[in-house]
Amino acid sequence: MKKNGAQILVDSLLHEGVRVIFGYPGGVILPLTDVLYDTPIDFILVRHEQGAAHAADGYARSTGKVGVCLATSGPGATNLVTGLATAHMDSIPMVAITGQVKTSLIGNDAFQESDVTGITRPITKHNYLVKDISELAKTVKEAFHIASTGRPGPVVIDLPVDVQMQEMEFDYPDKVSLRSYIPTLNPRPGHVRKAAKLIEKSKRPVIYAGGGVIISGAHDQLLELAFKIKAPVTTTLMGLGAFPENNELSLGMLGMHGTAYANHSIMESDLIIAVGARFDDRVTGRLDKFAPEAKVIHIDIDPTAISKNIKVDVPIVCDAKIGLEELNKIVKKPNTKEWLKKVNDWKKKYPLTYKTGKKISPQYVVEQIYKVTNGDAIICTEVGQNQMWAAQYYTYTKPRTWISSGGLGTMGYGLPAAIGAKIGRPDKIVFDIAGDGSIQMNIQELATAVANKINVKIAILNNGYLGMVRQWQELFYDKRYASTLITGPDFVKLAEAYGAVGMRVKNLKDVAKTIKEAIAIPNVVIMDFIVEEEANVFPMVPAGEAINQMIGALA
Amino acid sequence: MKHTIYALVENKPGVLARISGLFSARGFNIESLAVGETHDPTMSRMTMIVDAKDEKILEQIKKQLNKLIDVVSVGDLTKKKFIERELVLIKINVAKTSKQKLNEMLSKFSVRILSCEKSTAIIEATETKERTSLLLETLRKLGIKELVRTGRIAIAE
Ligand SMILES: Cc1ncc(C[n+]2csc(CCOP(=O)(O)OP(=O)(O)O)c2C)c(N)n1
Ligand SMILES: [Mg+2]
Repeated sequence: MKKNGAQILVDSLLHEGVRVIFGYPGGVILPLTDVLYDTPIDFILVRHEQGAAHAADGYARSTGKVGVCLATSGPGATNLVTGLATAHMDSIPMVAITGQVKTSLIGNDAFQESDVTGITRPITKHNYLVKDISELAKTVKEAFHIASTGRPGPVVIDLPVDVQMQEMEFDYPDKVSLRSYIPTLNPRPGHVRKAAKLIEKSKRPVIYAGGGVIISGAHDQLLELAFKIKAPVTTTLMGLGAFPENNELSLGMLGMHGTAYANHSIMESDLIIAVGARFDDRVTGRLDKFAPEAKVIHIDIDPTAISKNIKVDVPIVCDAKIGLEELNKIVKKPNTKEWLKKVNDWKKKYPLTYKTGKKISPQYVVEQIYKVTNGDAIICTEVGQNQMWAAQYYTYTKPRTWISSGGLGTMGYGLPAAIGAKIGRPDKIVFDIAGDGSIQMNIQELATAVANKINVKIAILNNGYLGMVRQWQELFYDKRYASTLITGPDFVKLAEAYGAVGMRVKNLKDVAKTIKEAIAIPNVVIMDFIVEEEANVFPMVPAGEAINQMIGALA
Repeated sequence: MKHTIYALVENKPGVLARISGLFSARGFNIESLAVGETHDPTMSRMTMIVDAKDEKILEQIKKQLNKLIDVVSVGDLTKKKFIERELVLIKINVAKTSKQKLNEMLSKFSVRILSCEKSTAIIEATETKERTSLLLETLRKLGIKELVRTGRIAIAE
C-alpha cells in the first residue's frame, strides 16, 4: 500500500518503538501532526520547543531509550538548538524531527525557512535533509541507529513539507549498513592485558568513572572491578549514579566542586583507570599539574576522547561494559591496603560540610530530599549552585537517577527534563532541584506538566541571586554583584495560576515535612525554599588551578 | 609541521561543509583542500594539507575526521613515499615578450601554453609545491594577471 511521507515517518517511528514525542506544531508539519493524531504515539504538547528538546533528553536519560522531539521549520527548529547542543555535549540519544519549507523553496528565504542542517551541524552527532521520499524510511532507521550506538548523540531529520505529502510504497529496512560508521565495541585483548598488568603493579590506583558507564549500563561491571582490585572510585558530574556513593570505596565526585578527598586521591594516585569519561577541564583543572605521577588507562568508545587532554598510557577503545567484563576476567588485585588507609584519612580530615545558620541552608534541603526519598528518586537539576549542591548532598546509588546538563550547563534544562524523565519513569518520584534564576528560563513548561498530569516536584533553592555567578563575583570580583541580584514572581501564586500547588518554606523545621507533603500531593508541586542568600559551593577549585588547590570550608 | 592527509568520504551533499566546519570549530589549520570523485562514484577523496603543531594535534585531526559519520577512512601520507601535484592556471602579460622567449623561460617546467594572444597568455602547470613556487617566481617578471590553483592532491607510491 502506498503511504505518504508523513505516514512513512510515523510508521518508521513505530517500528523504532517510539511511544512518545515531545513537540510543537506549525505550518510545515501539519501533515505530520495530522497523522500523529490517530496513532498510539503520545504527543506531549510543550509550551516552547526548547522544552521539547530537553524533555526528549530527560526521557532518554531516565530510560536509556532514544528521545524524540518535533518542531516546525524556522523559529520552531531554531528553538530546539539549545536542547540539541545540551544533548550533544552529554552524549544523549535523541532524534529531532523538524519540518522544512517545500523543496522547491529551499534557499529562497521562504517564509519560516532556516538552514536547519547548517545551523545544527556542529551540535548534533549527524543530521539529514530528506529531499526524496524514497530516502525517508532508510534515513529514520539510520538516525535511530546513529543516535543510540557508539557514543550516542542527537540526530536531526529535516523534512520538507512536500516530501511529507508525496506517496510511495512503505517498506521499513530491518538493517542499517553504514560503511563509514562502525563503532568499536570489543577491546583489543592485548590492551586489556596491558591494563591488567598496570593495575596489578599499581600501589595507588583510582577509578575515575564518567557518564559512559551509565550509557553503556556498565555499573555492575564497574562495581565488580572496584571490589576486585579494592580501588577507590570517583565519578564525574555525568557519572553520578554509576557507582554507589554509600559504598566505602566511593570518593563521590571529583573536579571543580568535587570532594577534597576525591581530588587529593586523583592527584596522588599512581594509576588512573578512566572509564567512559573524557578528562574535561572542570575535572582536570590545570592540566600540567594534573596527577603528576599517574599512569593512565582509558576505556572509552570514542577514540577522540583518548589522549585529547591527558596523555594515555593504555588506550582501550570499546564499549565500557564489554571492556570492563574483559578486564574483570583477568585482572589481579594489587596491594592497596595502605593507599586505602590514606584515602580514608583524607575522608575523615576533609568531609563535605556546610555552614548552618538561622536561615535554611540550601545544602540541607538537598539532604532532606535524599532522606525523604530514600535515595530512590530521580533528581533533575537546573544549573548553578543548585546543581552543584544537588550533586554533592544527595547520595546517588543507582544509574539514571541523576539528570543534569553537565557539558553545556544549560539553565532552564531541569524542569522540561524532569517532565521527560517522569514520562519515561512514571513509577519514580521525580524532582527538579532548581535555582530561582534557572527555573524562570523554562517556567512555561509548568503548563505542560499540569495539563498532562506529569506530577514532577520542583524544589527551588531561592537565594535571590544568580548564585553561582554571584559566588565568582564574591571570590574574584571584589563582591561587585553586577547583574546577579535577581527577582522572580511569587512562586506560590505562580504555581496556583498554572493549576499546580505552591508551598513556601522559610523555617528549617518545615523542610522535611514540606518535602513529604509535596510528594504525597497528586499534582505538580513547587516548593519555594527561601534559603541563605550568600551560601557558597565548596570546596572549589578556582579556574586554572590544580585540583588539589581547593578553597572553602575544610579543604 | 605540514602533513598531507586524505579522507575517503561519502559522495553526498553537505560533506564538505562538515569537514570545513570541523576544521574551523576545532581551530585546526588547513592550508589546502582538494576534493574530487574517485573511481567509485559513491566516494570522494579529499586531500588536505594541514598544519599541526605537534603529533597530538595531528592525531586529533585524524580522529575527529574519522568520527564524522560520512567519512569512510582517513589516511596520512606524510611518512610514506607519495606523489603530490597541483594544477595551476596562470594568466600572464606577454605584451613585451616574444613567444620564443616565453617558450625558453618555460622549458624547464612541466607546463603547457593554452592560449597566447597579443598581450595575454594562459599557462597550465602541474607541479609540486616547490616547483610551482619557482615557476611563479619566473613568471612574476612578466607580470601575473590572474592565478588559480586547485590545491594539492597526493597519492602514495
Ligand atoms: C542559559 C544560561 N545562561 C547563563 C548561564 C550562566 N550561569 C551559570 S549559573 C548561573 C546562575 C544560576 O542562577 P540560579 O538558577 O538562581 O541558581 P543558583 O546558582 O542561585 O543556585 C548563570 C547565570 C548558564 N549556565 N546558562
Ligand atoms: Mg539563585
